[in-house]
Parts: sequence; structure tokens; C-alpha cells
Amino acid sequence: MDYTQISPDDARHMLATIGVDTIDDLFSTVDDQHRLRDLLKMPNSISEPELLADLASLANQNKPAVGGDAICFLGGGVYDHFSPTVVDHLAMQSEFLTAYTPYQAEASQGALQAFYEFQTMIATLTGMEVANASLYEQASAVAEAVLMAGVITKRNKVLFASEAVHPDTRKVIRTLTYEQPIEPVRLPAKDGQIDLDTLANALDDTVASVVIQSPNFFGLVERVADVVRMAHDVGALVIQSVDPISCSLLKRPGDLGVDIAVGEGQSLGIPMSYGGPFLGFFACREKYIRKMPGRIVGLGQDAEGKRGFCLALQTREQHIKRERATSNVCTNQGLLAIRTAVHMAAMGKTGLRKQAEQCFDKAHYAAARIAELEGYQLKFQGPYFREFVVQTSHDVHKVLDHCRAKNILAGTPLGDMFAGMNDCFLTAVTEKRSKSEIDALVEALATV
Amino acid sequence: MSVVAAELETKLPLDLDHPLLFEMGTPGASAASMSESDVPTVDRATLIDPEFLADDAPDMPEIGELDLVRHYTRLAHRLFSVDANFYPLGSCTMKYNPRVNEKAAAMPAFAGLHPYQRESDVQGMLELLFRLRTYLQEIAGMAEVTLQPSAGAQGEMTGLMIINAYHRSRGETRTEVLTPDSAHGTNPASCAICGQQSTTVRSKPDGRVDLDDLRAKVSSNTAALMITNPNTVGVFDEQIAEIADIVHGCGAQLYLDGANMNAMLGIARPGDFGVDVMHFNTHKTFSTPHGGGGPGSGPVGVASHLTEFLPVPQVIQKDDGSYAWFDDRPKSIGKVRSYYGQSGVLVRAYTYIRSLGADGLLNVSQKAVLAANYVAARLRDRYHLPFDPPYAHEFILIPKFETGGVTELDIAKRLIDFGFHPPTMSWPIAHCLMIEPTETESLATLDAFADALLAIADEVESTPETVKTAPHTMPIARMDEVGANRKLNVRWRPEV
Repeated sequence: MDYTQISPDDARHMLATIGVDTIDDLFSTVDDQHRLRDLLKMPNSISEPELLADLASLANQNKPAVGGDAICFLGGGVYDHFSPTVVDHLAMQSEFLTAYTPYQAEASQGALQAFYEFQTMIATLTGMEVANASLYEQASAVAEAVLMAGVITKRNKVLFASEAVHPDTRKVIRTLTYEQPIEPVRLPAKDGQIDLDTLANALDDTVASVVIQSPNFFGLVERVADVVRMAHDVGALVIQSVDPISCSLLKRPGDLGVDIAVGEGQSLGIPMSYGGPFLGFFACREKYIRKMPGRIVGLGQDAEGKRGFCLALQTREQHIKRERATSNVCTNQGLLAIRTAVHMAAMGKTGLRKQAEQCFDKAHYAAARIAELEGYQLKFQGPYFREFVVQTSHDVHKVLDHCRAKNILAGTPLGDMFAGMNDCFLTAVTEKRSKSEIDALVEALATV
Repeated sequence: MSVVAAELETKLPLDLDHPLLFEMGTPGASAASMSESDVPTVDRATLIDPEFLADDAPDMPEIGELDLVRHYTRLAHRLFSVDANFYPLGSCTMKYNPRVNEKAAAMPAFAGLHPYQRESDVQGMLELLFRLRTYLQEIAGMAEVTLQPSAGAQGEMTGLMIINAYHRSRGETRTEVLTPDSAHGTNPASCAICGQQSTTVRSKPDGRVDLDDLRAKVSSNTAALMITNPNTVGVFDEQIAEIADIVHGCGAQLYLDGANMNAMLGIARPGDFGVDVMHFNTHKTFSTPHGGGGPGSGPVGVASHLTEFLPVPQVIQKDDGSYAWFDDRPKSIGKVRSYYGQSGVLVRAYTYIRSLGADGLLNVSQKAVLAANYVAARLRDRYHLPFDPPYAHEFILIPKFETGGVTELDIAKRLIDFGFHPPTMSWPIAHCLMIEPTETESLATLDAFADALLAIADEVESTPETVKTAPHTMPIARMDEVGANRKLNVRWRPEV
């Protein structure tokens, strides 16, 4: 394939205008020693039918969790949720897909307005005052929140309460803040949840922030209001990673006094795509806006007094601050911010509420039925939203293999992620799972 | 003009004051048709302490499907894009984004994969990623490439962390990174995040690194020199091998910002001229769409002495021919991204590289460089070109006019009226425009763009006000960005 449009005649004309004889003359500043004489050692160009055949042969070796024969009960931060057909159509329009960052406000009003609306919807959904135009994904959003809390409080210690924060989040934060004066402290969980006594002992006036995830990696809903009260007593900020679907049923971070709310936007209309690209949303109290990382869109006026939008607070951004920067994030996840905005607007208040209710109801139906089975029980007794840990007296891998043979992806084994959980797996039930699919899961588990 | 026509003219375009989502809709409306729950209902208050439950759902928009479609379609129409407009944005490589890439990424066999599926169910995806990393290694001449970083900026950070880890493994702590004065702003910002002090190295008047200044500043405390080559003023620095020698002579590492790889494909390989670490921007060089500011992807390549520090996990081919994730790297800097990176973006990059192949990639760089030099040649009589040709895939011009106090910003904004996205402005040198046409534009488009800049040069002489108040054809006039920052409004709130 070849996407260039310059013909040999065109090229001759262009070279004549430039005043050189060959294209090679334009590379005269690349010295001979380093100039490649042969083509790169990789296949040459192929036609579109050949390309499609190549892609199909790779695709045929995948057995997708969604869009194939499988019934997906996998979760752990990535979920099989419904998104109206119109979302994909609108989000993939040429202009949204192929625009650049909207630095040129006049030629970019469409993207800027869409981002402003995205910020408003994220702030509304999380109950927070303001939001940015998105970061890479949940883990980097938590990392940026940790750095921001350090700047605000001028303290270094960060309490991860608890180990039920997504394991990837903990790993990524360790890497991304490794060169920063951050002292991460990981608090153990008790019955899969934050142990408020342990937290109380760990809290003192050196703590910058307490990082919590609710619902947590095990699906359990944490006592966020208590954490907030305890953290604020010592002047620490609370960073909550929140599931955006839960916000339409459970109390929101803003309702509970959280200072910075972040989360993974994948549930809001983004395909699983093997873990990315996703979107990290980031919302906080308005008084911290000048410390907020990432791109922000503001509403203002043009030279004639007409309403318009532009990038705001760019002086916080890396390309202006350079070596004084506190974040090097240079983009948002623009296309995915638009996609999730379209999704939230399409679902609307009632659609999002109904979805959250069904996740809750179906997860509780599934959990109750599984817990009735011989050899299975719920690992934890705490309140949960749409995900729960199953403990089994069977071999976990044998259980999952058995279900997999029936095209049921029953869950994620937790033995490799958490010590002492070799007999556990994590199961998520979204609104898309019908009663008959849940019953099929129960039947499969019963016949191991 | 008739009365009706005059009235129409004052109202066109019809959507000038297009409402916000929150100013539209009706209570109860939704564009989602959801199934009713078919599981037995249980009172939720018996399943969870009611103190956790919200009293009401958040006040999200309530809009029917047609109004939603019109809203976002109209927003799309108020937006420049590569699909509709030439985008000669220097250092950003706004090439055509092939639709077949989108088709590939949207295939259920890729888009429908969950990151916690077993490896045996995702062999096609792993093979694709393995092939992509093999291609990138060959293109860069680097020993090993990681696909994990989420974007170019995260790639930079990953690269600098690898360099830190390398020096530490040798019992050294080096706290300074040198960056040329023409470096992209993320370079010094990434240094700061990685705990490094960045020090600027001067460029010579011809745009090349000042070797004397480099020699004076490089020391046993220098962790790395971060360089862009071809550099941001659009010239390939032929001193690169000498630069590498100077840097390596002090035990420092040479980092290449791969932003300008579009001029290098199949021409020369960073690994061959002494680069130790580099990052790619798949959204620049390999045509993955910019999407209004993301998602991008920033694979990082390293020389053989640095592979042990690469992030985990790495996609590998096992002895039995199957593919797997490998994370047994004790000296790794760790995990930089949840799950496995921007996989969907990487599918697009693979599709692009596979379709073009070795010969097609060479053609990309040849045509990109030809296009840049051609547009420069067409403008050289009316605009000041501060650096000498030949240029790489981009070049810099400075609008130097005697009349009217017209600035580069005015020229850029006036280009919008001609249907062209403004070039990169005022960077890396004052008052410049940085123009990168890319290889995918036709000669007719390149000529139309050059003609527009020449016409604007005439306007500056004849009607400078037209230029200074541009754009005139957009939904809004020139935006008051200072005002918007002074009186911040970053979210809509209902009027009380």
C-alpha cells in the first residue's frame, strides 16, 4: 500500500523548483557512514487484500471475551458494559478522529466544547467541583493525584489503603514516582477492606494523601466517609479511585468529602482492546485547580464577545513550565474523552442509573447462587457493587478451565496477584449478563 | 440583496451559538435502549447498608438520540482535521490516518480482548505485538523495544528512568541531563519528573549543536544528552557521531527524541549513529490518529547494554513458537502502564507498518523530505528562511515584513481562512512558523498552501488589518484566551 500522492512527474517538477537533481541530494547531510544502503530487513509493502488476510490470520488466533462466542465475567478494572451503537458512530467521525490538540481555538471549537462538556459530566458524575480533560488511564491518574497532593500539602508520605487498590495501580505508581520524594506506605487489608484501626495508627501529620479505591479491586465498597474524616483530621488529602458506573447508585466521592477523585473511563463506552487505550478521569476541589495536572478547557469569549472555548491554564503545562514542571503529561486521551462524553450523554441520567442498578442486582443474584454451591463461598462479607471474590475448595485453574471449555470466562485467578489467595478468583457481573448466562455460569461451576 | 437574503446572512451559519449539552434535552430522555433486568428483584437496602446508597442519580444530560446525533455532528463540523484540512504542523507529523488501521483495531478479535484473558486465547494479539516490536527494532537499529509507554512523554520518562537505573547499576549517581535549546518542552519536564536537573546546550547559528558548548557542559555528572535529530529547526545534524563520542566519552548516554523519525525511515538508524535510548511517537510516524490530543503511544528502544532495565512486561516468543508475557527482569524499572500499554493504538501502528513495508517506509521519508524542501523553495523569495537547505521533513520560516506590525500569530490565524491549519508557531525560535507538510499531501495541496502564504504576504502589504484580525470564517472570531484564563470557567453550572 502507498498513501503518498506525488507522481514521478510531480517529483521531477518539485526537484527542479528546489534546484537539485535527485531526492537523494536532499539527504546530503546524512553522512555516508550512517546512510543505509539496503532496505530495512522486514517485509516489503503488501496490497490491501493481503493486509486484510494477514490481519485475519492474526485475529483467528484470538478468542475474544466480547464479540465472539464467550460469555464474559471478567473484571478487575475492565468490564463488558453496554454502549449504544450511536456512540461509536459519533465518536469515530473524521473530524474527531483526525484533529490535532486544539491549540488553535478558532479552528477547534468542536473539540473544545466536547472536552468542556466532558469535564462537566465527569465533575457531575463524581460529585466533584472541577475535572480535567483526561489522563492516560486510571493508574497514571492516581500517580498524578499523588504528586499533586504532595505539592499541595508539602508532605511526602502516601498511604495506600489498602492492598485492595488495583495491583497495577500500585506497581505503576511505584515506577512513576520512583524518582520523586514520595514515600509510599502500603497498609494491609482486613477482610478485603481498609482496616480503619491500622489506618488510624498510620495517619499522622507527615501524611500527604491516603489513596483508596472504592469499590476496590475485590469489588468491595469502602467506608470512604470515615477515611475522609480521619485523613482530614491530620491535614491529609484523600484520593479516591472510583468506578464511574457505581457513581449512579452509590454515594459519589464528592458527596463523601473526597479531595481528588480519579478513575478508569473504560466502562463508559470504550472497547476493552486488551487493556488500552483507555482514559483516566481526574476531578478535584476547585481550590486546587491550578495544581491539577493535564489539559483543561475553559469557556470564555472571542474578540466580539461571543461565547467560545479555549485551552485554559496552559502555563501549568510542561511545554511552558519546562524544567519547573510538576507533570510531564503532554496530552489528554482526546478521542476517548469525546467517546466517553458521547456515551454518558447517550445513556443519560436514567440510562446510567438503570445500568448501575442492574450491575448491582445481577452481581448479587450471581453471588448468592454461587455461594449456595458445594465447594464455593464468597471470600469476603463486606458490601460490594458488581464484582466479588469467590473462594473454592476445588483447584481454581481447574474450575476456570472447565468453565472456559463451555465458553464461559468465569473470572480472574488471584493467586498470582495476592498472597494467600490461591483458592480465589474474581468475578464481575455487568448489566449485559442475562439471567440465563448467570445460570449457565452457576451450572458450570457446579459441575467441575 | 433581498430582505430575506439579508436576514439569512445575518443568521448564518445557523449554529453559531450552538448550545451546550446541558442546555438541551428533556427530563427522562435517553438515547440508550436497555433491557429490563431479568433477575429476581431484592430490596437493595437488605443487601447493602443504605448509608452507601445515593438518594438520586447524578444530574447527567437527558437527550434523545437525534438531538444527540445533531449535537456531536455539529461539533465535528466546527473542527479542523486532517480528513478535511491540510495540517502543516511542524514536529507533529499530521499525515493521513488510513481507515484500514481503524478497521483492524475495531475487529472484535482485537477490540474484544480482555487483558485478563489467558495467553492461549490471545496468541494473535501477542504475535502482532511481537512483530511490531521486531519491526521497530529494525527501523531504529536498537537491540530491544518496549511497547508499554502510553505516549511520547511517558516514553521519554521511561527512557530517562532506564538511564538512571543504568548509572545506578554502575554505582554512579548522575543528576544532570543536557538538552539543546531547541528541545521540545516535554524534554526538560520529563527530566524534572525523573529527578534530573536539565541544562541547556546552545545551538550554533546554523541550527546544529554547538560542540564547544557541549564539551564545556558535559561532565561526570551528566546522565544523558537528549537530542532530536533531524532537529526541531528541520536540519539533520551531521555531527551526530561526534556528539555521541563526546557524550559517551564522559560515560553519559545519548537519548534521541524520535519525534522526527518521519525523515529517517530506511534512511539512517539511530542505533547506528550511537543512540542508546530513543522513543517513537506512533501517532506521528506511524499514522495512528491524533484524536484531538490522544491516545498516542510511545514505544522505547534501547541498545543492548540497557535491555535489562526495560519496563515489564515484555512480549516474547517462546522456544515452542508461541507468544507470552515475560516479566522476570530483576533490574527492570518496573511497570509504567496498567495492563499491556495502548494495545489498540499498537494494532493500528502494526497495520500501517505491515502495509507499507521496508520499501514503503523509505518512500514515506523520501516524499516527506521532498515535500518540505519544495514548499520551502516556493516561499524562499517572500519569507525569511533562517536555516540553509536541504531540510529534513520540516523547515522554519520567519515572516519579516516592514508594514503593519503583523506577527507570526496573525499569519497563522489568517491561514485558517484559507482552509489550512496553522503551522507550529513561535517555537523553537522566536517569531517563527514551523512547517511540516508530510508525505501524504498531493502537489496540488502543497501548491495551494504555498500560494496562500504568498497571498498573505501580499495582504500584509496591502490590507494588514485583514491579517491582524483573522480568522474571519470561523464560528468565533479570535478567542480572548487571556480573558478566559483570568475568569476561569471550566464546567457548566445551572443558573441559580
